[in-house]
Amino acid sequence: MHLARVIGDAHATVKDPMVTAAKMLLIHPIDGSREFTGHPLVAVDMVGAGPGEIVFYTTAYEAVIPWKRLHPDVPMALIDAGIIGIVDRIDVEGVPS
Amino acid sequence: MRICRIAGSVHATVKDASLEGERILLAQPLSLDGEAEGAPLLAVDRADAGVGDHVLLMKEGGSARLILDDENSPVQCVVVAVVDHWAHEGKVFP
Repeated sequence: MHLARVIGDAHATVKDPMVTAAKMLLIHPIDGSREFTGHPLVAVDMVGAGPGEIVFYTTAYEAVIPWKRLHPDVPMALIDAGIIGIVDRIDVEGVPS
Repeated sequence: MRICRIAGSVHATVKDASLEGERILLAQPLSLDGEAEGAPLLAVDRADAGVGDHVLLMKEGGSARLILDDENSPVQCVVVAVVDHWAHEGKVFP
């Protein structure tokens, strides 16, 4: 699981029926000092996150698990990154909270 | 599993239901020489680890679901041990 900041969103009119209801956010991974690291990606929002918020996300099959819980009628979904938490506070030694 | 150093913790009110009550730690992966390597990872604590501790980070979702005893958990990383020391090329770390 990784930290990231929400930097935008992505819209797709044409998409697979398994992810019709998906709200897709553009996120950029950050480190403990809130500095951007790595590459931005599109992740499906499971928790109601918004622009500018720090979130954490999970990848691979673990991103599908919360989607299946939210949409029990969907047997499987094409998701490889899912936002599963909105961060209130990061406590890191030497970095202001 | 990776050797990591606990750099801090993360607090979240809004989160997946399976994370309720769990301590979420920020774990910095280390090289075998004990240097920070790559981006930090968020992990659920199962070893009562604290800031500055060197730990073993289990980073595989299927094993995490076994440890947490929750088939519906989206957790990928779990801190499963506090490492006292490790040896590499004749030196003992940390």
